[in-house]
Amino acid sequence: MITFMNNSDSEEEPCNERTSLMSAESPPVPSYQDGLQASEAGEAQAHRKRRAGSSRGPNNIAGGEMSGPGVPVREGILENEEEELTLKYGAKHVIMLFVPVTLCMIVVVATIKSVRFYTEKNGQLIYTPFSEDTPSVGQRLLNSVLNTIVMISVIIVMTVFLVLLYKYRCYKFIHGWLILSSLMLLFLFTYIYLGEVLKTYNVAMDYPTLFIVIWNFGAVGMICIHWKGPLQLQQAYLIMISALMALVFIKYLPEWSAWVILGAISIYDLMAVLCPKGPLRMLVETAQERNEPIFPALIYSSAMMWTVGMAKPDTAARGPSQQTWDAAEDGREHLRSPSHAESQMAETRSPVPTRPVTSLEELEEEERGVKLGLGDFIFYSVLVGKAAATASGDWNTTLACFVAILIGLCLTLLLLAVFKKALPALPISITFGLIFYFSTDNLVRPFMDTLASHQLYI
Amino acid sequence: PAFSLFIFTIARDPLRIIILIAGAFFWLVSLLLSSLIWFIAVKASDPQDERLQKGLLIFGVMFSVLLQEAFRFLYYKLLRKAIEGLVALSEDGCSPISIQQMAYVAGVGFGLMSGAFSMINLLADALGPGTVGIHGDSQLYFLTSAFMTMVLIFLHTFWGILFFHGCEHRRWWEIAAVVIMHLTVSGLSFRNPLYVGSLVPSYLLMAAAAAWAYLLSGGSAQNLRRFLLCKC
Repeated sequence: MITFMNNSDSEEEPCNERTSLMSAESPPVPSYQDGLQASEAGEAQAHRKRRAGSSRGPNNIAGGEMSGPGVPVREGILENEEEELTLKYGAKHVIMLFVPVTLCMIVVVATIKSVRFYTEKNGQLIYTPFSEDTPSVGQRLLNSVLNTIVMISVIIVMTVFLVLLYKYRCYKFIHGWLILSSLMLLFLFTYIYLGEVLKTYNVAMDYPTLFIVIWNFGAVGMICIHWKGPLQLQQAYLIMISALMALVFIKYLPEWSAWVILGAISIYDLMAVLCPKGPLRMLVETAQERNEPIFPALIYSSAMMWTVGMAKPDTAARGPSQQTWDAAEDGREHLRSPSHAESQMAETRSPVPTRPVTSLEELEEEERGVKLGLGDFIFYSVLVGKAAATASGDWNTTLACFVAILIGLCLTLLLLAVFKKALPALPISITFGLIFYFSTDNLVRPFMDTLASHQLYI
Repeated sequence: PAFSLFIFTIARDPLRIIILIAGAFFWLVSLLLSSLIWFIAVKASDPQDERLQKGLLIFGVMFSVLLQEAFRFLYYKLLRKAIEGLVALSEDGCSPISIQQMAYVAGVGFGLMSGAFSMINLLADALGPGTVGIHGDSQLYFLTSAFMTMVLIFLHTFWGILFFHGCEHRRWWEIAAVVIMHLTVSGLSFRNPLYVGSLVPSYLLMAAAAAWAYLLSGGSAQNLRRFLLCKC
């Protein structure tokens, strides 16, 4: 436990990044806008968005909808075609996010159900110092609230620290930090996880094999996440990492504290992203000003923008590092619809050939992606995992929470379409999830049990 | 079978998936509300009285059915608005998904959710040790549950189509028919240990609903024959 606690500090960093959903980047830089405009014209429109009174289809907000210089003619003709594309893309993007979130949750739930290690209480993290084993309800409540306060303040401090570092351009430090934490996550946690799974299924594995397996897994993971790698592999790694982190949280957070923390974090997320002085908002704005992507490391992106020959002078500096720094830990970041940042990259990542780009404004994109912060994944999975672990209604509750979270995600994306700026991804989903968890556990379960015992159907 | 329906018809189009999940959500909310009512009723009544409990249960079930249909209606309204939005956005004035497809997907959503809720705990327990019906209950418990669930899922799908069609064309009797059918099926399940009583009529009703829905969606005996005989 002790070692665990020591190690866990580095894990906290990313934990602290808030996650938010970011829709369109609306950078004030003209060239940037041009690029964005161009990209938009290519696929979906931006302006449409304004008009898009989309009731259901979450629109794919592609980047800046600013009426920049490059916009002129496009509007008229392309608009209509793009509308439909937009909608289709919109729905597509929602699905692109559904799938990884679902996968992550499935992994977490499967592990919780089968491996008993994660439901045993073996102690607590140092961030939740108050124990919940107290006899009285009031005391327990108090302790959990105190735990939450401690945790949230740690998160706030870390986030502010990170934002400051970013502001003062201490990139190397941030890089190093992220690499260290992802290293730890990839190796240590995987080792523990694998150990527990093998124990559960009573499979013997000798140390050399274990070493080779973990080494390969970790090394490939590091490369994939922090450097280049096939998109799907990177996504798979990010999902694995989120699941691991969520499992750790589920194991080490005491019961009531976990729920209160989930609630508090969604409130914090809301504030941090929407308030003008919020750290996350500052992070986003700073990144926009500098035309940099916000820590691609800490976010999950569902598609890559493949650009060939970007003729933007300022992108030269960015270099390849952007694509994939990964914050294995939770960077709860911003959800952005257009990965405009990637668009800045003059990387020809993909094997898919794109038309040779000649003008400054043409951005070839294979697909516009949506981005969601890893922290979002983690907390969603924590919610569902806890539901699976502790609910007595078992699968019903888990299923209910799952649907609730997906709907929350849908709604959030819808709002993204409407508001077109960074939005917190947590609050709506977590609120729905919490409501459904508590109500299903207490209300629906007795009802369904009674029905099932009489074999009645409704 | 329901799952394969899902894979073949819905998984392709993302919009349908969203509608599906939303449908499931609506069913869930209706379930929540109805169990809330039931819970309150139970707490407010005497737990010792067997007959009262049973009566309350029946009341709860009926109420839940009514609520489900009400939510289906609400969902219909929402989808109507959505279609208008989609039409406004699309280029050639027609929406990428028709109201009938939506009806189908909504029905499947409801059905899947209700089926999942009915079956999943059963399945989980089935993995564990134990013998069915050891206390004198029917030994066919699992089997009948499975069939009943399947029939219910299909029924929900058909009801979805019928219901939406009724709403579209303002034929109130269609809607009433759906509600009555739902009530009937639930009522039939009350006679459950007597499986003949519940399963067979349910299947018959399902066949009727299927035929009706098929006809409504524009099929005809001719189409059917052509499809079955050969695909030439």
